[in-house]
Amino acid sequence: MKIEKIDSILKKHEYRHSEIIGIMQDVQGIENYLPEGTLRYISEKLELSLTRIFDIVTFYKAFSLVPRGRHMIKVCCGTACHLGGAMQNLDRIKRTLHVREGETTEDRMFSLETVNCLGTCALAPVIQIGEDYHDAVIPGKIDNILAAYSAGHERQEVATD
Amino acid sequence: MKVPIIVDGLRVEIDQGTPIINAARKAGVFIPTLCYHEALKPYGSCRLCMVEVVHDKQRRLVTSCNFPAEGGMEVFTDTSRVRQIRRMIVELLLARCPEVLMIRTMAKQMGIESSMFKKREANECILCGLCVRFCEEVVGVSAIGLANRGIDREVATPFKVASDVCIGCGACTYICPTGCIEMVPDEKTPRLRRMKMGNLTLVPCTNNYQCESCPREENFLAEMKNVITEFRSTYRRFTEKK
Ligand code: SF4
Ligand code: SF4
Ligand code: FES
Repeated sequence: MKIEKIDSILKKHEYRHSEIIGIMQDVQGIENYLPEGTLRYISEKLELSLTRIFDIVTFYKAFSLVPRGRHMIKVCCGTACHLGGAMQNLDRIKRTLHVREGETTEDRMFSLETVNCLGTCALAPVIQIGEDYHDAVIPGKIDNILAAYSAGHERQEVATD
Repeated sequence: MKVPIIVDGLRVEIDQGTPIINAARKAGVFIPTLCYHEALKPYGSCRLCMVEVVHDKQRRLVTSCNFPAEGGMEVFTDTSRVRQIRRMIVELLLARCPEVLMIRTMAKQMGIESSMFKKREANECILCGLCVRFCEEVVGVSAIGLANRGIDREVATPFKVASDVCIGCGACTYICPTGCIEMVPDEKTPRLRRMKMGNLTLVPCTNNYQCESCPREENFLAEMKNVITEFRSTYRRFTEKK
C-alpha cells in the first residue's frame, strides 16, 4: 500500500490510538486485507506496539491478514438455512471453486466463508456474495450464480480500461 | 486518601481506588491469584481472586485484584459462594492444563481429584498475560502479545515470526506461573540458551543470563530482580498454606 495513502488515513483519524479499528477498516476497505508492511508502518507512526495491533487484528473476524478474493461468499449455515440444504450448497461451491472455508481461489476472484446467521431466515437457504443476497439457493443454481460474478468482473475490467 | 476497609472482620486502611486485594494482603488475609502482580497493571483474567464485597447495602462478587477500594467496604474472602466459584475456576484450569504442577497442587489443596470438564489437548498456558504485561511494562519492548480469540487465544509474537525486538532477557520465563516458556540450549550455539514455547521464537540473551555482569541499565535489572523474587515468594506462600 502506498505510504501517502496510509498517511492520509492516519491523518483522518488524527493519529489516535483509540481509532485503531477505524484505521484498519479503512486500510482493509482499500486493500481487501491488512498487509504486514502496512501494519508495521502504522505501528511505527502511531507508536503503538505491533503486538497490540496483532492482537486486535487476530481478534476480530472481520480483519484478514491474507489477501481475500474480489467477491466474498458467505454461506449462511444458521438453523433455517441448514435445514434448507445449506450444506449441500456449500459442498457444491467448494467443489466448483476448489476451495475450503476460509480460503481464497487461486485467481483471487472468490473467498469462501460460512456464517451462522445472516438474519434473513425467510429467504433460506441464503448465500451472500459481496453485497448481494441470493435466496432459495439449490446446488443446481450455484454454477450459474458464480459464473455471473466471474463474467461480470471481466466485463467491468474491459469497461474501465 | 486512605480509606478504612474491613477484610474478614479485620479493619485496615488503604489508598482509595487501589485494588482491594491490597487491603487483604495488609490484613494478612490470603487470596489466591494467578494473574496479579503488584509491579504490573491489574488484568483480571484468571478470576481466581474473587471475593464478596458488601458496599452501599449491595453484596456482589468481584475480582479483588482490580476492584477499586472505597471507604466503608466490607470484604469477605472465604464465604461458601467464593469457595464454590474458586473451585469451579480451578476445575476449569485443571481441564485446560492437567500437566501443570502448580494447578495440580492448587486443585489438591481444594480437594479436587479430577475435573468434571472435558480435557482439551494438553496446554500449559493459562493466558494470565503476565509474560505479555511484564515484557511491555517492565522490560518495555512488547515482544510478545496475545492473539486470536476464544479457544484459539494464545501468546504469540506479531505475525508469528521471530521477534525482532525481544532482548532475550528471559523475564517471561521467570514470571510465567505455569512454566510454559522454557529456557533451552540454543541448537546452533549450545553455550547460549533461548526461550521456547511452542512456536514462539524469542532470542537468546547475548550475555547468557549472567545478570550480575549485564551491561543493561541497573535500574531495570534491580526492578526485574525484585519482581521475580517477590513473585516466587507469592507462589511459595500459596503452595505452603492450606
Ligand atoms: S525474553 Fe523477550 S519476550 Fe521475554 S520478556 Fe524479555 S524481551 Fe520480552
Ligand atoms: S505463557 Fe505463562 S505467563 Fe504467559 S500468559 Fe501463558 S501462563 Fe501466563
Ligand atoms: S488475580 Fe484477579 S483475576 Fe487473576
